[in-house]
Amino acid sequence: MTPTTSPPSVQSGAAQARGTAAAPPAPPPGALAGLPPASAPVLPLVPEGIVEPLLSELSAPGHRGVRLPACDVPAIPLATALPAWAIRATRAALPEVSEPEVIRHFTRLSGLNHHLDKGFYPLGSCTMKHNPKINDELAFLPGMALAHPCTPDEGLQGALELLWTLERHLAAITGFDAVSLQPAAGAQGEFTGMLVVRAYHQSRGDVARDTVLVPDSAHGTNPASVRAVGWKVVELKSKDGRLDLDVLKAALGPHVAAVMVTQPSTLGMFEPQIAEAAGMIHAAGAQLYLDGANFNALVGLVQPGKIFDVMHLNLHKTFSTPHGGGGPGAGPVAVGAHLAPFLPGPRAARNEDGTFRFERDLPQSVGRVHGWHGNFGVLVRAYAYIRSLGPDGLTEVSTEAILNANYLMHRLKGAYDLPFDRPCMHEFVLSGRGLRKYGVRTTDVAKRLLDFGVHAPTVYFPLIVEEAIMIEPTETETLRTLDLFADVMLRIADEAKTDASIVTGAPWTTPVSRLDEGRAARELKLTWKNA
Amino acid sequence: MSYVGRSVDERARMLAAVGVSSFEGLLVDVPEELRIHEPLAVPPAASELELRAEIGALAAKNDAAKDMPSFLGAGLYDHYIPSALPRVALRSEFMTAYTPYQPEVAQGTLQVIFEFQSMIAELTGMDVANASLYDGASAAVEAAYLARNQTGRARVVVAGLVHPNSIGALRTFLGPDVVTVLAPDPATGTVSAAALGGALDDTVACAIFQYPNFVGAIEDVPALCAAAKAKGALAVAVADPIALALLTPPGALGADLCVGEAQSLGAPMSLGGPVCGFFAGRKEFVRKFPGRIVGETRDQHGRRGFVLTLQTREQHIRREKATSNICTNQGLIALMNTIYLGLVGKDGLYEVANLSFQKTHYAVARAAAVAGVQPAFTGPFVREAALRLPVSAAQAVRAGRTHGMLLGVDAGAFDPAHADILLVAATEKRTRDEIDRWAVALAKSIGRTPQLEGGAR
Amino acid sequence: MTPDGLRYTKDHEWAKQDGDLVVVGITDYAQGELGDVVFVELPAVGRTVAAGESFGTIEAVKTVSELYAPLAGEVVAVNGDIAGEPALVNGSPYDKGWMIKLRPASAADYDALLDAKAYSSLLASHGA
Repeated sequence: MTPTTSPPSVQSGAAQARGTAAAPPAPPPGALAGLPPASAPVLPLVPEGIVEPLLSELSAPGHRGVRLPACDVPAIPLATALPAWAIRATRAALPEVSEPEVIRHFTRLSGLNHHLDKGFYPLGSCTMKHNPKINDELAFLPGMALAHPCTPDEGLQGALELLWTLERHLAAITGFDAVSLQPAAGAQGEFTGMLVVRAYHQSRGDVARDTVLVPDSAHGTNPASVRAVGWKVVELKSKDGRLDLDVLKAALGPHVAAVMVTQPSTLGMFEPQIAEAAGMIHAAGAQLYLDGANFNALVGLVQPGKIFDVMHLNLHKTFSTPHGGGGPGAGPVAVGAHLAPFLPGPRAARNEDGTFRFERDLPQSVGRVHGWHGNFGVLVRAYAYIRSLGPDGLTEVSTEAILNANYLMHRLKGAYDLPFDRPCMHEFVLSGRGLRKYGVRTTDVAKRLLDFGVHAPTVYFPLIVEEAIMIEPTETETLRTLDLFADVMLRIADEAKTDASIVTGAPWTTPVSRLDEGRAARELKLTWKNA
Repeated sequence: MSYVGRSVDERARMLAAVGVSSFEGLLVDVPEELRIHEPLAVPPAASELELRAEIGALAAKNDAAKDMPSFLGAGLYDHYIPSALPRVALRSEFMTAYTPYQPEVAQGTLQVIFEFQSMIAELTGMDVANASLYDGASAAVEAAYLARNQTGRARVVVAGLVHPNSIGALRTFLGPDVVTVLAPDPATGTVSAAALGGALDDTVACAIFQYPNFVGAIEDVPALCAAAKAKGALAVAVADPIALALLTPPGALGADLCVGEAQSLGAPMSLGGPVCGFFAGRKEFVRKFPGRIVGETRDQHGRRGFVLTLQTREQHIRREKATSNICTNQGLIALMNTIYLGLVGKDGLYEVANLSFQKTHYAVARAAAVAGVQPAFTGPFVREAALRLPVSAAQAVRAGRTHGMLLGVDAGAFDPAHADILLVAATEKRTRDEIDRWAVALAKSIGRTPQLEGGAR
Repeated sequence: MTPDGLRYTKDHEWAKQDGDLVVVGITDYAQGELGDVVFVELPAVGRTVAAGESFGTIEAVKTVSELYAPLAGEVVAVNGDIAGEPALVNGSPYDKGWMIKLRPASAADYDALLDAKAYSSLLASHGA
């Protein structure tokens, strides 16, 4: 077997018909995959085989970006102040590039990205919805963005008030009693929730519980979060995509600390028996955790606080904060009153005179999970989002997200397998298994979508659906976009039947074609020094 | 408003297509016990204009809006952010992009991370770096996890004055019983290699020290690394990337891992988040690294491209066998760090560090002229220093605000034993005039009459 | 491709008698399911493994799997070549891509493993 991830079919008819040489060898200099060799070079100033040079390749001795002021205080030699071993022998070999070249470099790089402001992301479980611009602008107000956490509380009154108020808004939306804004991401929120549950059990002398039950339809990071607090994971097999109460009953016992569920599940379905399940779980002395990754289906419709003990929210999903190419996010944790004393600290608190402080005296707290107060800049955006929407707008998030998902599911279910054919919540899972007989895998469908200016859906997840294609349109996509996307999906299913090589060779129009991930993992060129 | 573009007619058509008479028909599986039918108890919707006024008023209440010269540090520093940086970093193409799981349409994000990794490795003197972690505290925690996983040992020894919040996070994540913190020498603020060696045994996975440490002092890094190695523990350096422009990098001094907070490199302090943890180390540990890592490869036509690699380490694949709970990286902040390093470059970063070094030393010299103020420790420092005050630092910094000055960080807020210690960092942004005014404000804030030659007003 | 003369497990390892030792690797079907192998973690020589115990891991681009010992014994050799060239597991699963050599605790264990015919019908039941 040759060491390449390139499907063999990429060298077949479609590529030839489009005039490129079969890969490899490389096409003529500057040509893009899938374009005729006669086409004009698209990036004529770039050497062959390179889409964009590295900063190190743009570097030349003496080139300068930003200039700094001269030293206006009496300068002392480093050697008089520092031990000899500590003084760097040579300056760090950072690039030397002029400002215009730096700007062009990053601007050109930016153009290689798909992004929300350009097009659709039907990414299941990721809630890639519109990121309102006003929120970014407010987060970057100097009073917010330049705030230093070691400023005395008197100098942070606006920030403290925002944090205090946001906790209360999130509690009102979820139906819980208290919220910690400290966790920096969803997974850290899950971990924090588990820590809080552990501290609760320990406070009651209930120290034998060491197991968390996680349905197989739960979010992918849950098992690792459980392991991180030193507990065991027991997976609950679902039945027809749903919690099986008999399986749950058999698994419960005095060793079970918590049950961690995702609602709606990663199949996009709500658990009709969740209230019964909650009763059984609480009767067994365990706590019920909700992974709130899918809260976009529930805002204004369901208050998890009515039956759950603890949940985390992903502000970068439900509350529209931008993903930034992989972070920052924020993963606040909301809890019932019985768990509130255990939340991480410090927390914003209100004084009797109406001013605010960071409360550090929290004797039962699990401690801090973040270096400071969480991802404050993300919290400002989420606050602005909640204020922009108000009660009606927040509810509309979920109603329109659910309607969009059902509409798309309805349009696509003939062309792709639909393992669970009933109304969905904000997302649904198709299976590409019906295309395997044409030699087309789900990953090929995902790559082909890129040619249409659409990001790929989440694929091969959840694991319980073969060749899974998980689609979440979110509420901010219009009917027109949904229809265009559905047309493309149907067209790709058709291509799979009539000329599979178009699909298996995709993408044809992206800045690079399929990349050899095996090579990356074997060679491990992780810096430009060894590249 | 909810950013939804939908007409009444469209909605009706969609419901009809789906085959339900009303929206409620789609909620058949949601039990009534969980439903709410009354409006959420949040304030009515605000327009952009109203929101701008509301949050603008909140922002204006923070000192950061008041143009007060800041001498605050303690891990987050007020460095100059070049104009070109936000222009590029906040482009929609970066800001609104998803995690680069589809590399064909994410080469921008991926190449930026590759460049970030390259420059962090260079600054720290390490072979490899990852795509970033949540913050400096999470980077310290993940270093401890790696060391435990690598050595099969459970305990962690913290050599003295590592950032107290990082120690707090270590205790939260690893459990308080397994984290031992060594007391520093009261005169130097540092921990000796002998003291560290004495605290290590075959149950200790790693020794963690900070360079420069929380009070600005320079630990004897070569000796601490040797002491850790002698007992089979990994040597973990927590470092400040600006100081590393002047200092011999930990990788050249025997450290196995070098982690820290990268906010200084062009990112706003933002009340401490989002900031950016960096994580670098020797290549033999890379398969145990936490978080995302980008590697170079080729596409089908032989063109260079970048992908997330070693993905099987990550928790969504390893699930309960994962050794790290990290999910996201701080993509946007790492991007700011990368653009910053590109803009200041080799000489510019040195100058930023040297200016911060010179101005902090000048500030300490001015402060020493104030009666009752003296350096808290005897050893060398780089860009942050600890001053011992004749009054509580908490009282001084509150008084400093009334003189229009953020005097420094009250170390007593982190450790009651340091209640009279003020941490002071003057970056390249502070002018000589501001430093002179700061010394006057410091004197007034501790109830002394300013008696300063030159520059004082 | 299931060579005669080898023994197999339901976890898709193969075992081959080599004098008084047993050579162990993964089957062609297993390597095909994994795809591009990028890393193989093998045990230290001298380690004793129980039948069915994990003796290492094998990583492809997006999956990682445990490697299970077909029978109990002591690891007497590991294939150092696949550390530098993991693709050998894909290209030559039954020969250059071998993983460990075991000194079996009991010679009888070998005969209790699946033969080529039994393994082939197991694969058939997977639809392979």
